[in-house]
Amino acid sequence: MLTHNQLRQGTRVEIDDLPWIIVDAQFVKPGKGQAFTKIKIKNLIDGRVIERTYKSSETVVKASIVDKDMQFLYGDGEFWHFMDPANYEQVAMTSKQVGDVVYWLKEQESYQVTFWKEKPIALTPPPFVILTITQCEPGIKGDTVSGATKPAILQTGATVKVPLFVNEGDRIRVNTRTGEYVERAKG
Amino acid sequence: MSNAPRAEHHPLWYPSASLETLQLRADMIHRIRNFFARRVVLEVTTPVWLPAAAPERHQTPPRCAGGYLQTSPETCMKRLVAAGSGPIYQIGPAFRAGESGRLHHPEFTMLEWYRPHWTLEQLMEEVIELIRTLMTVPSVTVMTFQEAWVRWVGVDPFLSPLEALVTPTPALVEWTESDRPLLVDRMFVERLEPALAQLDTLLILTGFPPWEPGMAELDAGPPPVARRFEVLLRGVELANGYQELRDPIEQRQRFIDANHHRGEDGKDPLPIDETFLQALQDGFPPCAGVALGLDRLLMLAFDKATLGEVMAFQAHVADHGC
Repeated sequence: MLTHNQLRQGTRVEIDDLPWIIVDAQFVKPGKGQAFTKIKIKNLIDGRVIERTYKSSETVVKASIVDKDMQFLYGDGEFWHFMDPANYEQVAMTSKQVGDVVYWLKEQESYQVTFWKEKPIALTPPPFVILTITQCEPGIKGDTVSGATKPAILQTGATVKVPLFVNEGDRIRVNTRTGEYVERAKG
Repeated sequence: MSNAPRAEHHPLWYPSASLETLQLRADMIHRIRNFFARRVVLEVTTPVWLPAAAPERHQTPPRCAGGYLQTSPETCMKRLVAAGSGPIYQIGPAFRAGESGRLHHPEFTMLEWYRPHWTLEQLMEEVIELIRTLMTVPSVTVMTFQEAWVRWVGVDPFLSPLEALVTPTPALVEWTESDRPLLVDRMFVERLEPALAQLDTLLILTGFPPWEPGMAELDAGPPPVARRFEVLLRGVELANGYQELRDPIEQRQRFIDANHHRGEDGKDPLPIDETFLQALQDGFPPCAGVALGLDRLLMLAFDKATLGEVMAFQAHVADHGC
């Protein structure tokens, strides 16, 4: 149980039998009235955002959530399969659960799988992944200063903007949060 | 819930307001003193440490050295009025234990003033004039608390059935009439305040619920209301005014009731300030009084997002155990 002053940004709570993460928490108090904590919460399953308001004597249940680092194995067209390298246990996630992370999925790479009541509900990619360019205009040699970019399609189907000197077949490091090119991967 | 938008490159010891803002703040306080000097209102300074309190259900003074730090200078200033001071004002610190957020700070600057033999309406006019000398106000709107609710929330806080006042937050609870204050407070912060935040007018609300009268006189109605007003700008409560309660017996009963409710809420009761009640007993003139949160006014006047940006140093909540 969490009391109102333990409701902080980043805390994961269970409300109306669903898991949520607090994205904003504010102390509010009308004129002569009582104090409340107003929280903005994001649903960990479908991403919708709502607001709730708790007074000091009310409590909120902390969500029983576990994050595990798991290796991506393969997609079979319907499900995406991950494995816990510690005990080889596997879970399958739906395309809806994987969401946009699908663009950063690479076999053998480690991803954070969020479990609620022992079921996988969300997937978080590592901050950076290295992926191969499968399609782009030929590189312009030596152009490392102009700052101009061109679109490149990666092995996952994601399109990112890359500098002109980058070539098809190059491996590049991509920021998964912004979807931006960082650098050419070495080695 | 520290909301300091502290620039990354400043060290921790650095002021939370810019030096330019502190200059503007000083200018503003100078203009407030001029405003009252022109109107022959006497500036006073009363103690911030008090051995006893004016108990309220939802306000707690920090404990300090066997007494309390004031939540407002109300009792001492009213003792001056009872002694025949005439109109008085004060700019000084006030304290609220446990209040910390974008619009709350455990220590803040209060501008409070009292007008003996004035009505609430006269004082409302003066508050508007003061704010207008300090900042540009697009327009002024005066309406009752009840009218504001009906207009922006679509329910009547006094008369609507309880079910109309229940928001999604508390699931599956049986409500009774004694829960109306809680439901109204909760719907205020969830529904009315966000609606008021969109308005670009100086809003004066009058006729507040009788269950939260503070130290204001009651009006029998209907509906029965506390003779209070609040001044709001962009949803931020700036000032709270009373037609001051003069009856020492009713005032004592309110303090006792407040302590009773504090007990129910799991808060310590507070020792009642007998010197203040004695002053009422010996004769307190008809009077209107108002308290204005100076930091909030400056925050809006200077277009800042948080109180910390208009205060020299924002407290970190953990430092404020007092």
